[in-house]
Amino acid sequence: MPQRIDTSGETVRFTFEGRDVEARAGETIAAALIASGETTTRASVVSGAPRGPFCMMGVCFECLVEIDGVPNRQACMIVAEPGMTVARQTADEVAA
Amino acid sequence: MNSYDVVIVGAGPAGMACAAEARQAGLSTLVLDEQPRPGGQIFRDIEVSDPGRRALLGKDYAEGARIAEAFRASGADYVSGAVVWNIDSAKRIDYSAGGRSHSVEAKSLVAATGAIERPTPMPGWTLPGVTTVGAAQILLKTSGIVFEDLVLVGSGPLLWLAASQMITAGVPPKAIVETVPKSRYRAAARHVLRALPGWRYLAKGFAMMRAVKRAGVPVHRDAEDIAIEGDSAATAVTFTSGSKRHRIETAHVALHQGVVPNQQMTRVMNCQHRFDESQRAFLPVLSEDFETTVPGVFVAGDGAGIGGAKSAAMRGRLVAMRIAETAGKPVSGERAKLRTALARDAAVRPLLEALYAPSDDVLSPADAVMVCRCEEITAGQIREAVALGAPGPNQVKSFLRAGMGPCQGRMCGLAVSEIIAAARGESPSTVDYYRIRPPLKPLLLSELAGLGAEAPREAAE
Amino acid sequence: MTNRTADLLVIGGGIHGCSAALHAAMRGLDVVVIEKDTVGRHASGVNAGGVRRLGRHYAEVPISQRSMEIWHRIEDLVDDDCGFQRAPQIKVAESEADLDELKARAAHLRAMGFEHEVVLDRGELRAHLPAVAEHCVGGLASLDDGFAQPYQTTFAFSRKARSLGVRFEENCRAQRVTRVGSDFKVTTDRGVFSGRRLLNCGGAWAGEIARQLGEPVEVEPTAPMMLVTGRMPRFCTAVVGNQSRPLSFKQMANGTVVIGGGLRGRALPETNVSELIFSELRRTAETAIAIFPIMKGASIVRSWAGIEGRMPDGIPVISPSSTQEGAYHAFGFSSHGFQMGPGVGEIMAELVATGRTNAPIAPFAITRFAPEADASGSSPTQTEGLSA
Repeated sequence: MPQRIDTSGETVRFTFEGRDVEARAGETIAAALIASGETTTRASVVSGAPRGPFCMMGVCFECLVEIDGVPNRQACMIVAEPGMTVARQTADEVAA
Repeated sequence: MNSYDVVIVGAGPAGMACAAEARQAGLSTLVLDEQPRPGGQIFRDIEVSDPGRRALLGKDYAEGARIAEAFRASGADYVSGAVVWNIDSAKRIDYSAGGRSHSVEAKSLVAATGAIERPTPMPGWTLPGVTTVGAAQILLKTSGIVFEDLVLVGSGPLLWLAASQMITAGVPPKAIVETVPKSRYRAAARHVLRALPGWRYLAKGFAMMRAVKRAGVPVHRDAEDIAIEGDSAATAVTFTSGSKRHRIETAHVALHQGVVPNQQMTRVMNCQHRFDESQRAFLPVLSEDFETTVPGVFVAGDGAGIGGAKSAAMRGRLVAMRIAETAGKPVSGERAKLRTALARDAAVRPLLEALYAPSDDVLSPADAVMVCRCEEITAGQIREAVALGAPGPNQVKSFLRAGMGPCQGRMCGLAVSEIIAAARGESPSTVDYYRIRPPLKPLLLSELAGLGAEAPREAAE
Repeated sequence: MTNRTADLLVIGGGIHGCSAALHAAMRGLDVVVIEKDTVGRHASGVNAGGVRRLGRHYAEVPISQRSMEIWHRIEDLVDDDCGFQRAPQIKVAESEADLDELKARAAHLRAMGFEHEVVLDRGELRAHLPAVAEHCVGGLASLDDGFAQPYQTTFAFSRKARSLGVRFEENCRAQRVTRVGSDFKVTTDRGVFSGRRLLNCGGAWAGEIARQLGEPVEVEPTAPMMLVTGRMPRFCTAVVGNQSRPLSFKQMANGTVVIGGGLRGRALPETNVSELIFSELRRTAETAIAIFPIMKGASIVRSWAGIEGRMPDGIPVISPSSTQEGAYHAFGFSSHGFQMGPGVGEIMAELVATGRTNAPIAPFAITRFAPEADASGSSPTQTEGLSA
């Protein structure tokens, strides 16, 4: 399981798949999701297989999520803001 | 349109040092960087990490703070969260920031976009829970997140650095599965004498390995035939080591086979590249002053060839000095000293490159292994396309869609070139690499529609 | 040592060169294709893939029809489906004035004896394009057209040709063409090739070959620009153009959308480089969103611009040489040659093998650019700007 080595600092909350997720202020959505135990952020548009954050530096595009209704956002590049609605990107949403 | 003497893309050590030096020479300077804060990957979150985190990340990390301070004080313009999506032949840069696109013109352009981790295709590498070692380290740097069941797999200095940092953080990795074959030690041995000026790096390396041993982390050496098991997420790593099959249960696996230059930007500008056998990667063809084959376009940092953070900062400064010189400014008296220091800093590289060359497993994955993660193209499909007559990566891309997904080949490009080269009995240098087309990162169509409708520049037919 | 003599030397390994080589081989000719890069490297491998009869220059319609018949049985010809999918091609009218122009065109074609282009009213347009914007009033459709995968297609033609004995000399640049007795000699950077007949399918580079044959023509290198998006939900099964703004729009089976429309980037044929001009492509993005509002949420993942040749009058040269008997030309397809590839290849093979064809190629004669050419004769009067 993931652990945080320090728990100081401010937190913000957003939702992922309707579930409440806590993030440190200034950290990315992907980091907060991983800390909360969530490793699956999308389904492959080709096979539907589950995928999750891989590079954490914006080059692999595996962590694409839907943020406040906008698809294809990179969770590892976007800082979590209070009240964001984040959803897993399913294969059906992007290609039928 | 705004215009600058120097536009630097990337705010890692190279970009920050380049900007500070350019400002010192009185050049107007803009730095564009994707991340919310400066530092690049190596010094990620350097300005905001607390002293405790800095202590555990080590002295080299803390040195980044000094570079960042100098950068902040330099007076260079800096746009964070700026995604550069195109650079044309006239060095007009289009970037996206704050939900819309902007354009800026550069007299000189510096690509300081650093390195990415080498693609590591192997069975199960797309499962959730599997990341790169760099990703695991970024989680530690930015959020202090560690995994008690993390298994580090692969080879390279970063593998040992990440392990020792986790140990300092009090949560050692569950195991290290190292892929360096025994034969590599002999191959590397002949570089030892040349590497001696870099004894500090060697000493640091040994210290990290000792720390791992002291912490009692199991290290499996000479591992091959690695596979990650799992259905909807990683559940175990299996491999052969010491002629025995091993299986380690874990939900978190981090892969690493070294880092390679991030070529997207120099490729999109049609700079020439060459395949470097020692680094086993494509590097831009550069002059002594790190100028590419496209006049006025420079590469500083690991993008010029892997050299590490210290070299990156020195290269950044040398690039700025060259640009200043071309602009008729007096040349800094420190240039000769910097060049000497840069050469000394590079002394350890041939040894590291020989010892930590990518494993055969990832260079020639089995037919069933997925190579292009975005479009789910396997090594076998690529070999079939070659058998049909596809001569190189661009034909394989057109034929199979390999490299056509949102990552634009970053995660498969080198592997695809290697697989095609092996199948054709040629060198990757002959089969070459994907042609990279803009946008460098996906761009909303609506953002393009709203692009500042500047009059088209004189058509360069 | 490879055999450097042949019945036919084809210069250029694009769709036209490969198709002509295949058809010539099917007629029993021994063929060598000389290609300076690799098969399908330029516009033949990277175009929008439209297989379109709709909206063609009137002179092209008969040849386009002939080619369409081949497209509908393409797999029988090349043992590969080329990714060809039958789909309506529709030109959208954004105003009544647009629609009137389209109606006039359909009437003109009917008078020529062609019935494939039909006018769509408001309701019919929406039956084909449920996602079309509210303001669009109708359109013109060719229902039995389609689209294909360009590289897959050109590669398939070359593979089939190879299987019939055609030799492809890739990375082999034709530098000089000379006549020695009744034969043509083509000097390349990899030796001299000799053939009884010569076919110039050199695309953007064809002008130099024509010049060496003593019949200079102006071939402008162009690079039609295209965008491709990430995968989107299925919303469009037709290939869509626009009557008054440049657009070529299609959604592939995998959900990605390819948007082109004839806006041209910078083409640098000497270095094989083409460059996108995004300040121009902005208009393409605007048009796509105007016609399909769903595109507001689309993201562009790639763009291309394949280099090819454009003639001053916007239609190709499909012609015997006027100076050298036994030499032929098929080039300058001016951004809409992909669909014509199968048909023109068949015609060229017929010309090469028999010296004659019944296909109506007179409007495409190379002599139309000669200074003394009769401007009122077969010279075309209509230009057309849609990309393939």
